[in-house]
Amino acid sequence: MTTMLHLVNKSPFERNNLDSCLRLAKSGSAVLLLEDGVFAAMNNAAYADAVKGRMGDLKFYVLGPDVSARGLDDTPLIDGINVVDYGGFVDLVAEHDVAQSWL
Amino acid sequence: MEPWEEDGPEVVKRFMYVNRKAPYGTIYALECLEVVLIAAAFDQDVSVVFADDGVFQIKKNQDTTAIGMKNFSNTYRALDDYDVEKIYVEQESLDARGLTADDLIIPVEVLNAESLSEIMAQQDVVISS
Amino acid sequence: MKIGILVNEGPFTHQASDSAYRFAEAAIAKGHEVARVFFYNDGVNNSNKLSEPQSDDRNLVALWAALGKEHGIDLVVCIAAALRRGIKEEVLKDGFRISGLGQLVEAGIENDRLVVFGD
Repeated sequence: MTTMLHLVNKSPFERNNLDSCLRLAKSGSAVLLLEDGVFAAMNNAAYADAVKGRMGDLKFYVLGPDVSARGLDDTPLIDGINVVDYGGFVDLVAEHDVAQSWL
Repeated sequence: MEPWEEDGPEVVKRFMYVNRKAPYGTIYALECLEVVLIAAAFDQDVSVVFADDGVFQIKKNQDTTAIGMKNFSNTYRALDDYDVEKIYVEQESLDARGLTADDLIIPVEVLNAESLSEIMAQQDVVISS
Repeated sequence: MKIGILVNEGPFTHQASDSAYRFAEAAIAKGHEVARVFFYNDGVNNSNKLSEPQSDDRNLVALWAALGKEHGIDLVVCIAAALRRGIKEEVLKDGFRISGLGQLVEAGIENDRLVVFGD
């Protein structure tokens, strides 16, 4: 079985990319939130429960540069989501067999 | 791999093309279909998925006359001629839109999310648009 | 590791091209090989040398061309998508080339990973 990295780049408030990813991502996969996808990582926002509900069987990452760009450095992120930079993004791609973008 | 395949010149990878967008509103459906038709010539293991609004790409009875755009829905029928036989549609996406397999222009394999996720996890390359 | 990249959006309207560029830069810095970037859908607009952003903004067309030149990346623009959008040899930035969709499939076959950036 291959290991998958799922990339979600759209806000869950605007599009269903995150919903579909969470519906179809297999246990043990990783999810990287980037671009407007980072809004799903906000601890006090309405989508936090959807992410928290899968923290037990998926690993979540968020792209730090996109968090900072959107003014969220002062805003709590969900506990247990790992913040990575572009180098960390590259490592995640290398560590998983397949990268699937939820466009 | 069978012994007689060992000298095969080509690496066969599993390519999955994931369609999650409706036709006409944006160009992604048409341009993804163009990729799949080219990909079919490469002797790779090709599968095509329709999920979320992507299921509307293969809805029967499309008539684009009045919007002035080309109706490319019949082209999906050619997938079979190109030996693209693994065509999957997510059950949950059909249900959410009040559609069934009878509403679709081509025969497909309808899978629930759990079965589809198993197949997705077996791919080597996933291309979404 | 060999990493291929697919860019499905043009510069400026979507962040996709910026993200892909930052990713490519980081991959190269980590010692990976980015052999090919394929530009599809509106992504073909990343090759238009007539693009002229304001002077204090990043110039993605120039950035891609420079990265490609420095690291020998094959920057391929899909011909079918390009013709639709008026991208032809006469507006093509040096460093890009126009070719068929087969180059995308080939990138999927020949690279260890293919990462897609789009909308």
